[in-house]
Amino acid sequence: MSGNNWLKWLLAVSSFFASVGIASAGQPINMPVGVTDISKDVYDMHMIAFWLCVVIAVAVFAVMFYSMFAHRKSRGVTPATFHESTTVEAVWTVIPFIILVALAMPATKTLIAMEDTSDYELTVKITGYQWLWHYEYIDEGVDFYSVLKTPRSQINNQEEKTENYLLEVDNELVLPVGKKVRFLITSNDVLHAWWVPDLAVKKDAVPGFINEAWAKINTPGVYRGQCAELCGRDHGFMPVVVRAVEQDEFDQFLADNTTLDDSAEYAAVTQ
Amino acid sequence: MSTVATDDHHDDHQESPYSIKRWLFTTNHKDIGTLYLWFSFIMFLIGGVMALIIRTELFEPGLQFVDPQFFNSMTTMHAIMMIFGVVMPAFTGLANWLIPMMVGATDMALPRMNNWSFWILPFAFTMMLSTLFMDGGGPAGGWTLYPPLTLQTGDALPFVILSIHFMGLSSIMGAINVIATILNMRAPGMTLMKMPLFVWTWLITAYLLIAVMPVLAGGVTMLLTDKFFGTSFFNAAGGGDPVMFQHIFWFFGHPEVYILILPSFGVVSSIVPTFSRKPLFGYASMVYATGSIAFLSFIVWAHHMFTVGMPLAGELFFMFATMLIAVPTGVKVFNWIATMWRGAMTFETPMLFALGFIIMFSIGGFSGLMLALAPVDFQYHDTYFVVAHFHYVLVPGSIFAIIAAVYYWLPKWCGNMYSEGLGKLHFWLSTIFVNVTFFPMHFVGLAGMPRRIPDYALQFSDYNMLATIGAFGFGFAQLIFLYLVIKAIRGGEKATSQVWENAEGLEWTLSSPPPYHSFTTPPVIK
Repeated sequence: MSGNNWLKWLLAVSSFFASVGIASAGQPINMPVGVTDISKDVYDMHMIAFWLCVVIAVAVFAVMFYSMFAHRKSRGVTPATFHESTTVEAVWTVIPFIILVALAMPATKTLIAMEDTSDYELTVKITGYQWLWHYEYIDEGVDFYSVLKTPRSQINNQEEKTENYLLEVDNELVLPVGKKVRFLITSNDVLHAWWVPDLAVKKDAVPGFINEAWAKINTPGVYRGQCAELCGRDHGFMPVVVRAVEQDEFDQFLADNTTLDDSAEYAAVTQ
Repeated sequence: MSTVATDDHHDDHQESPYSIKRWLFTTNHKDIGTLYLWFSFIMFLIGGVMALIIRTELFEPGLQFVDPQFFNSMTTMHAIMMIFGVVMPAFTGLANWLIPMMVGATDMALPRMNNWSFWILPFAFTMMLSTLFMDGGGPAGGWTLYPPLTLQTGDALPFVILSIHFMGLSSIMGAINVIATILNMRAPGMTLMKMPLFVWTWLITAYLLIAVMPVLAGGVTMLLTDKFFGTSFFNAAGGGDPVMFQHIFWFFGHPEVYILILPSFGVVSSIVPTFSRKPLFGYASMVYATGSIAFLSFIVWAHHMFTVGMPLAGELFFMFATMLIAVPTGVKVFNWIATMWRGAMTFETPMLFALGFIIMFSIGGFSGLMLALAPVDFQYHDTYFVVAHFHYVLVPGSIFAIIAAVYYWLPKWCGNMYSEGLGKLHFWLSTIFVNVTFFPMHFVGLAGMPRRIPDYALQFSDYNMLATIGAFGFGFAQLIFLYLVIKAIRGGEKATSQVWENAEGLEWTLSSPPPYHSFTTPPVIK
């Protein structure tokens, strides 16, 4: 069995995949930083945990690879016979524990902030349906349905897919920047989950129960997400689009919209 | 299969391997172990084809090959096949083959029940697979069976639930048998703290199985009565709560993930010392770490449901408890590396798979630690990051350990050495392709791709294409394994009793292949 041939073959395969990897450089590979203070905290937490894992992995695997290189039978080494050490065991139990405590502290702080829905300035009730969203500005008397806008022809490959393929809706959820918006999330049928990565908000929509979440958006813009809890056949086709605008534009939006006849519109969008 | 009696006391009931009656009525631990392992491999191929259907649809954005409903039933069935049909039966097969030989027994303690617990499985899985052809299609609500969606399943639902009951019954009987064997059939002098770690990890796994399979059975029965008998356990309109199902399910589900990994720890703890030519470092701490992981597995279940809307105190508790698991898991990895340290290593195929396990299981462990952080989990939850995480702990984790075990003990089982060259090829192809498949899933998950979707936004296209290429590579690489195992069973270089230079344990004192009834007289334990 020729070890060298395998090796050459492997190198060829891995360089092929490395080149595919480089070709993919344009597409996102990390969590978005997002546009709220919370989403930035979450991103930081994610990167801290990630680099911590990288450092530990490099250290542990370096020892392992050194051992695999140096302590090989083919180098004529005589195996040692040691097989226990209470001190060493204590060290590698206590040190990871301390690292975990250090990691848990900022996580706890962020989590407490995320769950604090008090002092909100605007409330939007979000109801999941198979397979669309209903948004209701509770105190403003405005509500509407939000349905996937991507045409069937794009999904079925009869037409070229456009930039926001599967991430575009007919009626976007318009929110003001700089205001603490509370979301009341529920469902009319099965479980859904309302998720916008840029807001670091993901909350399940549970029929018969109301969940709370909140976001205070810093930057105007359009933020896209998707339903994140399997909800049946068209689970992949009920995106969430949030348009964050300045206050005056938001006031204008409210003035232009009113409560619609629920049953008529629901019938219209689901036909 | 050798039919030559190798010792004089041997009362040989072994019939021809080609007789159906032998396999149907067998009460022999080796025959039943073989049946479990082949069953597991067949299910691996079926579950693998399902995975390839999923990956084919996801090769490019757009709907190309399958209907979204069928796609959902593929993701559901792929998980059920791989968890209940592949990993669990494979471990039970290994337990059957190895535990009696490792503790110095003749056979399992309850041989007739052993036969029954295997023969339930083909019927259970035939029923499960038949649901794909029923009106309304197979189950498509995810393997987690969350209501209310699962209650929208068509004619398949009662059949799915019944087959889950059968699988649970089989697992519980297998677990009872393992416990009865370990606690009653050890050779004199084989104290608990002298047992090989594979036996220890299986003992703890068996207790986990007995504790949680009935919980799953209860949960799915409540689904059944909600659907057909007018109860409202999970229906808010009737005073129930859909989230209660998730608590019940994950109270089963989290110990279940350790059921899928603890025996792997036992396998790796057997292989690393052999090929390092050095005793296992920290045997006692390995046992305690396994026990700690098993205990913690019961108090972390809600980390699967951080987004469900729990009170803050609940989220904090489950976050802290989950993070704690990193400690005993770390101890295990450190012990394996300390075992290798200053040993005299060689890298035969079982060792390669064991080392691959240590590295790639650790990668899955690291993403697990990240997922434990509740505020960040809100971003990771139900994305491809989670898919990457659990495939890293299950494929180069559990599956690699099972494959390592087969390479390690195959010469013992069939008396012939396998082809080392093909074994190494199998290892390298599997390792490369498993990473090509699952590593890019971290990227698309972080970038925002939800799991369980048949079509996706354009920004995820490159890495999905890469993952699909990897999946086909990994799938086809397993055919080498099939060929190699059949080749070794049919003949090859004869294995010695000890097989490996430094292998220690009672199974290596028996001939290769071992006599039909393993130890007819108890061995002497030093």
